[in-house]
Amino acid sequence: MSEHNEIDRVSGRSTTGHDWDGIKELNTPLPRWWVLTFYATIVWAIGYWVVYPAWPLVSGYTTGLFQYSTRASVATDLADLEKLRGEKMAVLGNASLADIEKDPALLALARARGKTVFADNCAPCHGSGGAGAKGYPNLNDDDWLWGGSLDQIMQTIQFGARSGHAKTHEGQMLAFGRDGVLKKDEIVTVANYVRSLSGLSTAPKFDAAAGKKLFTENCTSCHGDNGKGNPELGAPNLTDQIWLYGSDEGALVETITNGRAGVMPAWVGRLDPVTVKALAVYVHSLGGGK
Amino acid sequence: MNKPVPPAELMTDEDGPLYAPRKKVYPQSVSGRFRSIKWRLMAVCLGVYYLLPFVRWHRGLGAPDQAVLIDFPNRRFYFFFIELWPQEIYYFTGLLVLAAFALFLMNALGGRIWCGYLCPQTVWTDLFYAVERLVEGDRRAQMKADAGPMTVNRAGRRALKHAIWLMIAWWTGGAWVLYFADAPTLVRDLATFQAPAIAYVWIAMLTASTYLLAGYVREQVCVYMCPWPRIQAALTDEWALNVTYKYDRGEPRCSVKKAFDIRSLGEKAGDCIDCNQCVAVCPTGIDIRDGAQLGCIQCGLCIDACDAVMTKVSRKAGLIGYDNDINVQRRVAGKQEIFKPVRARTVVYASLITVVCAVMLYALMSRTLLDVNVLHDRNPIAVRLSDGAIRNGYTLRFLNKRGFDRVIAIDVDGPAEAKLHVIGSDSVTPDRPMIVLARDTTTELRVLVTTPFDEKAEKSVPVTFRVTDIGLGEVASATDHFVLP
Ligand code: SF4
Ligand code: SF4
Repeated sequence: MSEHNEIDRVSGRSTTGHDWDGIKELNTPLPRWWVLTFYATIVWAIGYWVVYPAWPLVSGYTTGLFQYSTRASVATDLADLEKLRGEKMAVLGNASLADIEKDPALLALARARGKTVFADNCAPCHGSGGAGAKGYPNLNDDDWLWGGSLDQIMQTIQFGARSGHAKTHEGQMLAFGRDGVLKKDEIVTVANYVRSLSGLSTAPKFDAAAGKKLFTENCTSCHGDNGKGNPELGAPNLTDQIWLYGSDEGALVETITNGRAGVMPAWVGRLDPVTVKALAVYVHSLGGGK
Repeated sequence: MNKPVPPAELMTDEDGPLYAPRKKVYPQSVSGRFRSIKWRLMAVCLGVYYLLPFVRWHRGLGAPDQAVLIDFPNRRFYFFFIELWPQEIYYFTGLLVLAAFALFLMNALGGRIWCGYLCPQTVWTDLFYAVERLVEGDRRAQMKADAGPMTVNRAGRRALKHAIWLMIAWWTGGAWVLYFADAPTLVRDLATFQAPAIAYVWIAMLTASTYLLAGYVREQVCVYMCPWPRIQAALTDEWALNVTYKYDRGEPRCSVKKAFDIRSLGEKAGDCIDCNQCVAVCPTGIDIRDGAQLGCIQCGLCIDACDAVMTKVSRKAGLIGYDNDINVQRRVAGKQEIFKPVRARTVVYASLITVVCAVMLYALMSRTLLDVNVLHDRNPIAVRLSDGAIRNGYTLRFLNKRGFDRVIAIDVDGPAEAKLHVIGSDSVTPDRPMIVLARDTTTELRVLVTTPFDEKAEKSVPVTFRVTDIGLGEVASATDHFVLP
């Protein structure tokens, strides 16, 4: 303690007595308000431990004085929010799909609601803006496997496709190769024929007549006589320019050989009816609707 | 250890904490020229602040009729004939720039006159001092009371003072919230406890801060907390008029009697009689005779005090006055005093103020009341349709700043053979969609632009959405790009 009285020559202030390689530390006390504030925070922290849930225990935690829980308060906040929205959502629930699209205010409301729900539930497969990917339809274009009217979109969202729900869309692309219905070279021929339907180039030695014959025998029951598809069965239009799994010969051979059966889940039980409605309006307004 | 022995004058036991405890200032009341200017300015400032919310301004049906209103829920700001939208926030930038230049100009002409006369901190502190003197007596009475024991009388007076302070503070906070809602309605709601909770919270916060800042912290705001003294010290020059003790005239200080003796011997005696009146009245508790200093807020009260003293001893007033160092030097050298309000600095500030004012006025006069913004879809950027056509999606946002509904037509220019479709609007004019914009609102629409497939088309061409008010012919447009996949 004796060093405490040592005075620094230059500044005239006392030193702490600490000395590092001849460099001495000046005694520069903290301002009183600073120190008091610091002590106050310690007292505050102790109070906090007591009042709020704080300490983890072996099988639980200290619950504090008022049983406060952030989980519960989030739940109440969410409930309050739902109540706040309730009135507007009720209007959405009572309006018909077509009426919603005609009323600018309702349309804006449904789009806003639909957009967030879409981002939460649909974006993982269809992309944040509904652009889709290979095997996952683009919802912005005008090609719809199961129909693109408001009602049809709503139907698809509710029950999905091949989802296992009783009312789901069924219909599969058969595995013509795997099941031994068509031989390898036949499949290549059909694939080229399908390409020719939408004006794509065909292989040099391709026999169009044989292709047409094979197509009529095997494919028209679902895709129609001229390959225009059938939304009842989810059979795509083969004459347009949109291809869910790709349009090159290899992709088509793969499709015909092994079949396709993409699954869209049913949302009916997972989202409430008003939300599904808003979602249908949103998806329809992406531009794909017919 | 080899302890060096410090020289005696460096010996100190008192290396206390690095903060200076506050010395309470008891400014004495004073009357005179600057004091009455201050009273009048105070009345104007407080009057404007407290009464402005009640001034009405007719804007037509459905629009608020409060002259100055910050309407947060509807995102509008009303200032007499001006109505600003959130998009026009840059006007506030203009106002801030103006405020800065106005301060600079004031500073170049008269130093910290803002501080001494107009700053809210000064105005309210001054008001609180007046209340304090009224209830607890002037400087001497207060100092005596503070030194003596607490009596019932004194405690009563003190309680009364705080009650009045709190009332003023509460009224100050109350006036503040009136700028954010229709004032008469809000007053009624506040009184009947129907007002939104946030109003009470703000009143409480402003009551507390007014009470603390004007009642307790006072001059310390100016000395320790406010950045303006530091900034102005860097901006000032030798021509700016500042409250100055004319030491050429005042020194050496001596009593009236002694001065008489010295002068009769033909030697120079100063005019300052060292009565300390200028120090007693100073609200920041400084001695102006020590020269220009940070603590001086240029309120001019020491001038009033000193002038009163000079008159009493029959000497010329103005021993302390608005002056600058140049003149002190010139008087010492026996030259004429000069004042130069027109200098490069002031001319530059004044012209900058004029330019900013002109630009803002022009912008205000020529601002459009119909506006459109466009946002291109990001994902997907472009869509190919089943027949090969290309489509891009956009979100258009329209602003109708007029107080009535209007019908607009949307045209699209740019990509060849482009077709426009507005989602949700099956327009009777399919090639030129028309929609209704509700008055005083923004409307957001999703639109699709489709062009037939063309192999030779460019990857990206500009697309312009032109909006025409069918009735008034007003036009607005926004441009983005049309992109191929
Ligand atoms: S120093 Fe700052 S707070 Fe004090 S009077 Fe001047 S501007 Fe106001
Ligand atoms: S020195 Fe004079 S002008 Fe400056 S603050 Fe004090 S009384 Fe006001």
